[in-house]
Amino acid sequence: MEALQIQHISKHYNGKTAVNDVSFSVSKGEIFGLIGPDGAGKTTILRVLTTLLLPDRGSATVDGLDVVNDYKQIRNRIGYMPGRFSLYPDLSIEENLNFFATVFNTTVEENYHLIKDIYVQIEPFKKRRAGKLSGGMKQKLALCCALIHKPVVLFLDEPTTGVDPVSRKEFWEMLKQLKQQQITIVVSTPYMDEANLCDRIALIQNGKLLSVDTPENITGSYPDTLYAIKAGNMHHLLKLLSTWDAVLSSHAFGEFAHVSFTNSNINEAEVISHLQQQGLENIDLKKITATIEDSFINLLNN
Amino acid sequence: MKQFLIFVKKEFAHVLRDRKTLLILFGMPIAQILIFGFALSNEVKNARIVVMDQAKDDASRNIIARIASSHNFELVHTVNNRRQLQAAFKSGTIKLAVIFPANFNADLLHQNKAQLQVIADASDPNYATTVTNYVSSIVQDYSAEINEQTVIPYRIIPQIRMLYNPQLKGAPSFVPGVMALVLMLVCVMMTAISIVKEKETGTMEILLVSPMSPLMIIISKAAPYLLLSLINLTSILLLSTFVLDVPVKGSLLLLFAESTLFIITCLSLGIFISIKTSSQQVAMLISLMGMMLPTILFSGFMFPIENMPLPLQLISNIVPSKWYYIIVKTIMIKGLGFTAIWKETLILTGTTLALLAISLKSFKIRLS
Repeated sequence: MEALQIQHISKHYNGKTAVNDVSFSVSKGEIFGLIGPDGAGKTTILRVLTTLLLPDRGSATVDGLDVVNDYKQIRNRIGYMPGRFSLYPDLSIEENLNFFATVFNTTVEENYHLIKDIYVQIEPFKKRRAGKLSGGMKQKLALCCALIHKPVVLFLDEPTTGVDPVSRKEFWEMLKQLKQQQITIVVSTPYMDEANLCDRIALIQNGKLLSVDTPENITGSYPDTLYAIKAGNMHHLLKLLSTWDAVLSSHAFGEFAHVSFTNSNINEAEVISHLQQQGLENIDLKKITATIEDSFINLLNN
Repeated sequence: MKQFLIFVKKEFAHVLRDRKTLLILFGMPIAQILIFGFALSNEVKNARIVVMDQAKDDASRNIIARIASSHNFELVHTVNNRRQLQAAFKSGTIKLAVIFPANFNADLLHQNKAQLQVIADASDPNYATTVTNYVSSIVQDYSAEINEQTVIPYRIIPQIRMLYNPQLKGAPSFVPGVMALVLMLVCVMMTAISIVKEKETGTMEILLVSPMSPLMIIISKAAPYLLLSLINLTSILLLSTFVLDVPVKGSLLLLFAESTLFIITCLSLGIFISIKTSSQQVAMLISLMGMMLPTILFSGFMFPIENMPLPLQLISNIVPSKWYYIIVKTIMIKGLGFTAIWKETLILTGTTLALLAISLKSFKIRLS
């Protein structure tokens, strides 16, 4: 059963295309990730789904309801956490939560079980004003406020942007728990490493879908054998790789360079000796499986 | 209903927790009433004058004594020749000079008429007119007194009575003006800013996605400011009654009812501005320039509308504060009832309904 469905959605702003012919569907109880860099069109897709924007073309349904015609019913059933912190900074944690619970026709007590695990972490500060909270705490509060009316589908727009790594990890664990409650979650993020935490992902660039699948299938379908290479002088190594005609693609990836070769059965020793001849030392080479980022770059290049 | 109440509670929290807003909201009306009441006034007090008395007789001394004892004037010194007189005007220290020619009293007694010269610094025309009028009336008083015994045939004496404001005080005319100004500013600016703020912080996005209907959002947003404005109105009326001695002569209930109508006009204007703008600064500028200036210029409280050229008079008709100003003046100063202001009320109601319809119609249920 589909929780939401998008068909051939396009949206333009002042002649510029933000989303171009995008179609995908999300099953009930799934964590679905919209992965792409800033400006790829993630927020626009989320705003169309949350009935905040009208698509120029195409149609979309959320929980079986049309986003254009049945927007009122949809607004009763979804939770939405916009990209930037969107709570009242001059209200306390408690007041914010109470306010949004009441606005969404419910009470904090009624659905406390949903937010309990998250709320207990910020409860000691419940009298503190939201504007004075740390990034991670703000985000937890925003999640509580988006969840308090037990939405069928939860839309999160870049929830982990600007949040420290520990809080990011905690946040994804919270999402996993929400999945147990049968809440469908659509989350957008520019962080490729978060893609593996989703059940299925859509890779987006310049308003176009590159691929929609499970993270495993996307990385599994990476066409070439991939190597991670490290050397004493990384700058030199990267320059060398970009000019070597045996190299199919190479890009920097943390402390390594991820490289694929035109000959997928290339001898590792040959590569090392070639690099050594060019004056590189401390060369470390190993075969790796592709990450989402590798797949993303590969899809972009094709 | 629960949604509405928590929304109003939230709105009050915004206002009460922000000192600057509080200051604008409650400090401004008090400050304006006091400033207009004590600092700004059309009455001239202690105008500095000089006297050149070439007659030095009974009549001239008598008139000089009367001028000097008036609280309108402060006799700086006497001069003996025209050069000194000119120097005094040039230095800018005096506003008026009174010159008695030689043989003033003799002329008066023997030729039955005498002349004296009044010279005023007319770089401020209103001021000059006012002070010369004061002198004329003093001189007239004097001539009336010396003529008491003699019977002059064919004399017409106007019996002047200043209705509604017998002492010609300034306060009765500006209290209604300040009321219009303050309500306009508070309602328009505060509602506009508070809605635009929600747009800026992104909370409007969440409110839109919530089950609350747009109409409900607007009503809950405007209601707290209606209440705050009524509190402001009360404080202005209290100040006016007890500090400025300008009580409400007519029905207090009618005054509050008409004020509520005007407040709703202003709230709809504020909502309209907030829909059309996207930053707090712009909303504030438009509210200030677009609302405060027309209120000051066209409500008739600073500048009489009758003196304006016809196009401006026509423009003044679309300024809601003009009608409110007339209504308040009628109720508060003249003490008249609804029958005297039904026309103005009708115009204001029409404007309000139109504005309300426009702003509700243009409120977006989506982004952009």
